[in-house]
Amino acid sequence: MAAATATRFCQQLSSVSDMSPDWTTKEVSTGTTIMAVEYEGGVVIGADSRTTTGAYIANRVTDKLTPIHDRIFCCRSGSAADTQAIADIVTYQLGFHSIELDEAPLVQTAANLFKASCYRYREELMAGIIVAGWDKRRGGQVYTVPVGGMLVRQPVSVGGSGSTYIYGFMDSNYKPNMTKEQCLHLVSGALSLAMERDGSSGGVIRLAAISESGVERQVILGNQLPKWSTA
Amino acid sequence: MERHYMDSKIKGVSTGVSNVNYVCSKTINKLIQVHDRIFCCIAGSLADAQAVTKTAKFQISLHSIQMESPPLVKAAASVMKELCYNNKEELQAGFITAGWDKKKGPQVYTVALGGMLLSLPFTIGGSGSTYIYGYTDAKYKPDMSREECLQFATNALALAMGRDNVSGGVAHLVVITEGGVEHVVIPGDKLPKFHDE
Repeated sequence: MAAATATRFCQQLSSVSDMSPDWTTKEVSTGTTIMAVEYEGGVVIGADSRTTTGAYIANRVTDKLTPIHDRIFCCRSGSAADTQAIADIVTYQLGFHSIELDEAPLVQTAANLFKASCYRYREELMAGIIVAGWDKRRGGQVYTVPVGGMLVRQPVSVGGSGSTYIYGFMDSNYKPNMTKEQCLHLVSGALSLAMERDGSSGGVIRLAAISESGVERQVILGNQLPKWSTA
Repeated sequence: MERHYMDSKIKGVSTGVSNVNYVCSKTINKLIQVHDRIFCCIAGSLADAQAVTKTAKFQISLHSIQMESPPLVKAAASVMKELCYNNKEELQAGFITAGWDKKKGPQVYTVALGGMLLSLPFTIGGSGSTYIYGYTDAKYKPDMSREECLQFATNALALAMGRDNVSGGVAHLVVITEGGVEHVVIPGDKLPKFHDE
């Protein structure tokens, strides 16, 4: 069934499980829905904004779209600590590489750096990451690095615990060669459907469109989310 | 998955059955007729589901004979629910009961794993259903016509079968109306294809 779950069964150091709420003992997780789509000239990425520790929402306005370089972002899902640590490491490595090269780094390079860390430490980590951005050589690209450390390029990719609910929607609504507006529409629609069904996803939708000219970010608030007839 | 449209019901189900990692059959019909105008979709352990539906079929026929009229869909769903709830420790099966009766027309009921009974305009179930929650939430609208419903059910099943490794094979659909029951069978290669196929 669903491969991408974000719950982590960690050791409970203290065993007062009945008296204290579960968020005192559970790890912080970005149980999540993240998505990225390639279009002609760039990529559109999106994420929900909920971070949970067990049943408590630790942060309801999280920003899971993390810049790695000027035109390269990553979408984080899984353990918040693990993904933040990996993103920091890759940002450093990519920045260094870019200075050595004296030009903007490739998205594929960033994706491979993520894969290297995620695969080497696969037993210790719980991180599902989507790397997306624009570069001069290949334009807009989306690479997915799920739990375990695989790397694969896809025209459209979803991740996180909420992603299972929108595979069908994504398969039926994605078509190659869409415009930026169509991609934004697809991503915001898919994310709102997932947020409706997945308890670990919710809050606001954060979107970003990355192209040669730069990064445009936007936020869709709870009351402005796309509505569907059954909601 | 069930669809409820104006004056009839469409049930659709895919056919894969597996035993851990071996697919025992690719052509099982998971739509069991429990009375003239009432069907059950089964999900979960096939052994449990068959046992429950056999018992339910008997109890519903007996009830119908005693009442001297065709059973209500709600009654059939209740029978399933009693069996699932009273034996919840041993059973691992979920059902969707749907059909037509004279009192309320077409109806859809879902009986979940622990024995919860809910009446809904439409519902989905089984392991592949998680992949199509988004699609069905987006595409469902009330009062669809028969053809729209059939298309909706076929598309949803095809999408789920495309993603779930234990769903697949053939899609069975049943249209239940006041006038009767019609089976539609769609083999895997005739199902709608999507962008990456």
